[in-house]
Amino acid sequence: MTRAKVTAPGLKRRLGWAGLLAWAALGLPGISVADDVNSTGLAVTEDTVKVGILHSITGTMAISETGSVQAEKLAIEQINAQGGVLGRKIEYIQEDGASDWPTFAEKARKLLVNDKVATVFGCWTSASRKAVLPVFEQYNGMLYYPTFYEGLEQSPNVIYTGQEATQQILASIDWVVKEKGAKTFYLLGSDYIWPRTSNKIARKHIEKKGLKVVGEEYYPLGHTQFNSVINKIKLRKPDVIFASVVGGSNVAFYKQLKAAGIDLTKEKPLLLTISVTEDEILGIGGENVEGAYASMKYFQSLENPNNEAFVKAFKERWGDDIVIGDVTQAAYLGPWLWKAAVEKAGSFDVDKIREVFPGIELKTAPEGYVRIHENHHLWSKARIGQAQKDGQYKVVYETEDLMEPDPFPEGYK
Amino acid sequence: MKTTPSASSLMSRENLYFLVLAALLLLVFPVLLDAFRLNLVGKYLTYAFVAVGLVLCWGKGGILSLGQGVFFGLGGYCMAMFLKLEASSPEATASQSTPGIPDFMDWNQVTELPWFWQPFHSFSFTLIAVVMVPVILAFIIGVAMFKRRVGGVYFAIITQAIAAILTILIIGQQGFTGGANGITDLRTLMGWDIRGNEAKTVLYFVTSGLLLACVLLARHVLGSKLGRILVAMRDQEDRVRFSGYDVASFKVFVFCLAAALSGIGGALFTLQVGFMSPSFVGIVPSIEMVIFCAVGGRHSLLGAVYGALLVNAAKTGFSESFPELWLYAMGALFIAVVLAFPNGIAGLYQRYLMPLEKKILGGLGKAANTPPTAAARRMEETP
Repeated sequence: MTRAKVTAPGLKRRLGWAGLLAWAALGLPGISVADDVNSTGLAVTEDTVKVGILHSITGTMAISETGSVQAEKLAIEQINAQGGVLGRKIEYIQEDGASDWPTFAEKARKLLVNDKVATVFGCWTSASRKAVLPVFEQYNGMLYYPTFYEGLEQSPNVIYTGQEATQQILASIDWVVKEKGAKTFYLLGSDYIWPRTSNKIARKHIEKKGLKVVGEEYYPLGHTQFNSVINKIKLRKPDVIFASVVGGSNVAFYKQLKAAGIDLTKEKPLLLTISVTEDEILGIGGENVEGAYASMKYFQSLENPNNEAFVKAFKERWGDDIVIGDVTQAAYLGPWLWKAAVEKAGSFDVDKIREVFPGIELKTAPEGYVRIHENHHLWSKARIGQAQKDGQYKVVYETEDLMEPDPFPEGYK
Repeated sequence: MKTTPSASSLMSRENLYFLVLAALLLLVFPVLLDAFRLNLVGKYLTYAFVAVGLVLCWGKGGILSLGQGVFFGLGGYCMAMFLKLEASSPEATASQSTPGIPDFMDWNQVTELPWFWQPFHSFSFTLIAVVMVPVILAFIIGVAMFKRRVGGVYFAIITQAIAAILTILIIGQQGFTGGANGITDLRTLMGWDIRGNEAKTVLYFVTSGLLLACVLLARHVLGSKLGRILVAMRDQEDRVRFSGYDVASFKVFVFCLAAALSGIGGALFTLQVGFMSPSFVGIVPSIEMVIFCAVGGRHSLLGAVYGALLVNAAKTGFSESFPELWLYAMGALFIAVVLAFPNGIAGLYQRYLMPLEKKILGGLGKAANTPPTAAARRMEETP
């Protein structure tokens, strides 16, 4: 026990500004005892443990990330109500990434260096994750990242609780081909890495089946004029529009589709999206997307006891009008997965937790059962839902087995 | 240049202010702040380069550019390209289908390093490009606009459009530029790890030193005849033109100078933050940069530095203390600046602290507060 040195991580720091003063006033992270539970000087005391929440609550991404913040807070409150983690209550420090990538990096550094948080739940866009990644790797932090994303990444310092691209795409294309007899596809997305990678994976899978992609097109983020592509779609008559348009562009896209006389409920063409969750439908309007299919791993309407309890608790905590999308549920998994891993490792040390990750499972997940893969992504089921007028999805299909995450699909590595 | 007694006292006074800033940057901050906060200040200071440039071209020259983010971004991207190439050695990228090119190119099925990336293997080329790429673009824009006598609001709108165009271009060409994610995961500069605390401290001092040098350079420009022509142009462009000066050339020059300063700031920003993305190029950051300058006082070089520091520190401080309300606090700050003290911190200082100081010093610097039009008046005397 020669290593058992008592250190106070904050005391050595010279006093800085108001933020630092405020932080000091709130109580320096108590004297941390260097034992097996915490040998790296994290903000863990006998009865509390500090974690970070890092999302945009201002700026253009706030509308998307608010659900994740709510889910993470709810999970933390529920864990505390059950007695916390290793007998310690979780206290969270929330920081605003402000939809601005360097701010994310700055705040991540603050959480890890100044606040010594045990783990961080946060980020939404790939750009923000890419910005904080070097910080997490440098200070050996652990980030739980909730969004479905393009893959092509596997950091030892991130757990990806959303679907990576193949999980979202392969099963859904198999489904439209088998159940709907689709032969031709039109790929359409916003112009950044996630839609482009997704469409690349989709195209490969489609062409392997001997079917045809009749168009592939990208529009800048925030684009609102989709008339020309809609005309092309009418001309080429694909069986499926495979859409990964994100953000505010969705509102224009679905309204213009409807105005151009394409009734999605007729499924001619059928629209399959990987980007429109219940949250987006709030903005688009249920009547405009009615009939579209979405491939996700979670829908609010899932019928299982876990989800019913989750939806009820979520509405009690955050209001009856709230909707819960795929990412919100994935964010909710973060604190629970972390708790499971900490308890299995018997320690808050990031290195010890990392060793026990593969095989950590969660039977109480709202989406059903999930398990952490060696590559830090989750084994989970893929599902297809059809959008209803009331803004909810009706689940029409789910894979029998859990789908294996494959962040580096063939042709990328 | 005539040196009247009042002008010389003005100089010494300005020297004093300059020394205060230098002491603050080089002594006070490094002693008082821990490595994390010092790195933040370093980041703010990179914006001060842009603000100093804006004082030259907007405050003194009367050219409002809402596109300074373009130059900041270009400087930053030049540096990021060099760092990214260094981080993408064939060994480090062995798992890619084409080793030796940046990872995002590999994801976008680019199999060969594009031609315009090639020269960025060279550090000396990069250093030149950090300044020259923004300057060349500024020169083209400047010549195209000012020779045609496009100015004022029209010029501001055009610069803003350029900021939007460049953002769209970068995002659209993600195979070559890294797209919306930007160029990330930069590790070393000539083998020197830029991610550690020690490196950040060194970079802080480099940034501070360069900023002080740029302030001196800007002061030199303003103190010269050229500076007085600039002010005269702002106040009475036609008279300067009728006096036989080529107004457009002076405008092009000062616009290029501001662009060069922004480019240097951008390169230092990349070094300190460790990545570059189109979010620093677009309209919003460009307008923010004008706000830094306005809060500091657009007529004052040192005020611009303080403005950049204050606004960014407030941003960080408010957002840490009130993560849900901080934007309102920032909004209130800006409204207060516009309504209550339109000349920014420098204006406040001149109005309230300067008279006090004068009382104490017994009227030593009586004529220190030379009104800007004085230069214009002097102009008329010289044919």
